[in-house]
Amino acid sequence: MNAYLPREAMIVERTEESPDTFTLQLRLTDGEPYSFAPGQFNMLYLYGSGEVPISIVGEDRQSGVLTHTIRALGRITNGLAALRPGDRIGLRGPYGRGWPMQQARNRDVIVVTGGLGCAPSVSIIHHVLEHRGDYGHLTILQGVKHTDDLIWREQYETWAALPDVTVLLAADVASPGWHGHVGLVTALFDQFRFEPGRSIAMLCGPEIMMRAAADGLHFRGLPADAIYLSMERNMQCAVGHCGHCQMGASFVCRDGPVFGWPEVRELLGTRGF
Amino acid sequence: MRGSVINAIMSVTRFLPRNAMQQLIDALATSGYRVLGPQVRDGAILYDDLQEATALPGGWTDDQAPGSYRLSQVDTPRCFAWANGPQALKPELFRAREVLWRVSRDEGGTLRFQQEEVDGRPLAVIGVRACDIAALRLQDRHFLDNISDPYYAAHRRDLFVVAVHCSYPADTCFCVSTGDGPRAESGFDVALGELDDGFLVEVGSERGAQLIEGLALDPAGESRQEQLQAGIDDGARRQFRQLPSRNLRDSLFARLEHPRWETVAVRCLACGNCTSVCPTCFCHAEQETPSLDGMDSAHVREWDSCFSEGHAYLHGFQVRPEIRQRYRQWLVHKLGSWHDQYGRSGCVGCGRCIAWCPVGIDITEEANVICDGAGPGGGDA
Ligand code: SF4
Ligand code: SF4
Ligand code: FES
Repeated sequence: MNAYLPREAMIVERTEESPDTFTLQLRLTDGEPYSFAPGQFNMLYLYGSGEVPISIVGEDRQSGVLTHTIRALGRITNGLAALRPGDRIGLRGPYGRGWPMQQARNRDVIVVTGGLGCAPSVSIIHHVLEHRGDYGHLTILQGVKHTDDLIWREQYETWAALPDVTVLLAADVASPGWHGHVGLVTALFDQFRFEPGRSIAMLCGPEIMMRAAADGLHFRGLPADAIYLSMERNMQCAVGHCGHCQMGASFVCRDGPVFGWPEVRELLGTRGF
Repeated sequence: MRGSVINAIMSVTRFLPRNAMQQLIDALATSGYRVLGPQVRDGAILYDDLQEATALPGGWTDDQAPGSYRLSQVDTPRCFAWANGPQALKPELFRAREVLWRVSRDEGGTLRFQQEEVDGRPLAVIGVRACDIAALRLQDRHFLDNISDPYYAAHRRDLFVVAVHCSYPADTCFCVSTGDGPRAESGFDVALGELDDGFLVEVGSERGAQLIEGLALDPAGESRQEQLQAGIDDGARRQFRQLPSRNLRDSLFARLEHPRWETVAVRCLACGNCTSVCPTCFCHAEQETPSLDGMDSAHVREWDSCFSEGHAYLHGFQVRPEIRQRYRQWLVHKLGSWHDQYGRSGCVGCGRCIAWCPVGIDITEEANVICDGAGPGGGDA
């Protein structure tokens, strides 16, 4: 088995989420089985251009269609943004260690995300909602820079309407008509209560936000080992060989991208790692 | 071959007269190996295809110091009176450039991915030093444990290692300090120890035994063995560089804000010479080289360095913008995190990064200054 060799995937559907964010629904054309865990990622390959690591948002069990939400930030992601249904790309994966959905069973799940609607966190939400009986209360704390950046806006509203789900939104800069909080996502911690003994938190977004969020939750009583976060690093091979994603002794592609807070706590605060 | 015969061959050190070196080369070639051996090329000793024993660097020696490497001729019949040049085994197994796969696109837009065939011709390398065998073990772990790298695996599979014990370490060598030399203890098929009139031959594998049996060599005898060991011991005693301890992990991570990182960063050019000559460095970048007609594209990997601008670049965010952070990354990884990743330091004491650094930065000096007070035995493996 060659871990480097992509499989062909076809774009089934493309959705514009925000001016620079889009979602691709992909189907593998080889008909071979594929399965992933929430928080894992795929390497998507744009013909003639190269590969990028993209978190897997979800999968439609029936059709086997995989959802990837991508922000157009560089050469390859901009190229992917230009693709249309019927176009082919390469895909290999899934890679890495995903969210601790097993440990989270029967617990209240707190999802904290910042920056752009964070794809890895959406996979948690989908999983919890699909296995509703296995998990307790779901709290989603979402922070964005500008309210215009909030993608899946409708989806947040749908989630908020579900029983046993709390959605709290915060934006650094609000546009007219915004009803959420203005300020940092961590300020939302004062707006909800959680039971430290039966909760688990999963964080995703800019490191500075995750640091503040982990500190804040821990300060409010959540044990350090009940806090998990999804790290982002330069990834090129995704199999622990190329060395780019190293953070201290960890290969983020293989040992992560999801880490327990105690595993990365120290280096998270050190510039250069 | 029967076990007892192998054991007999493996346990007896034999003697290969200097003029019989050609037979060893021929025997490897006849067994189907592409034979590489050290040769003088562009002012350095490098591995190249070897057919004639006379092409070995007989009578050459080297002079290495921080930022410098020079060859000169001396009056010796020996072919291995020098320490490692810039090249290790690494470029043969983990290639500086390797096509991983190709993809073609037809008119309908269908993509076809094809793994690149690897030239699997078995390779025999003559002259591998103990430090490079240690480095080979580490690269094996990196590329073959967990997820196996098919390209490295293909080059590695039939590698025949003819080691040479070191009696001529350079001033930059410190394999005694890392515990990786100067004698090659294991990890070879055949090991040679050089004396003026020829080579002591030890066998380290069944393949090695088969090869050596065909040469019908006499036992080397006690006195030659003692003479060889004395030469190796002498060489070991001449090494004066050393690391403060074999495990600097805790010491380094406790000193991430040491002012020395700044001092060394002022000198460091971030050229990455150190990482390309280092036999254990494994970083590589993946690149795409589309054909001009747009019908296909090759996915290639090339050596990369933690000193390069793009190494830790993450869409618009540079994890290590400063050279201070990059030098620190290289050192705390090499001498620190490797212990967590592979159970030992990533440095085998070959000294290449010292000699080939254009500004002569010396890893042992930096480690000693930064870990000052850690002392020998500061932390264990
Ligand atoms: S760090 Fe320097 S001395 Fe150590 S193995 Fe690498 S090149 Fe050799
Ligand atoms: S330490 Fe020397 S060889 Fe390495 S990057 Fe800096 S200047 Fe180049
Ligand atoms: S992405 Fe290559 S080692 Fe992690």
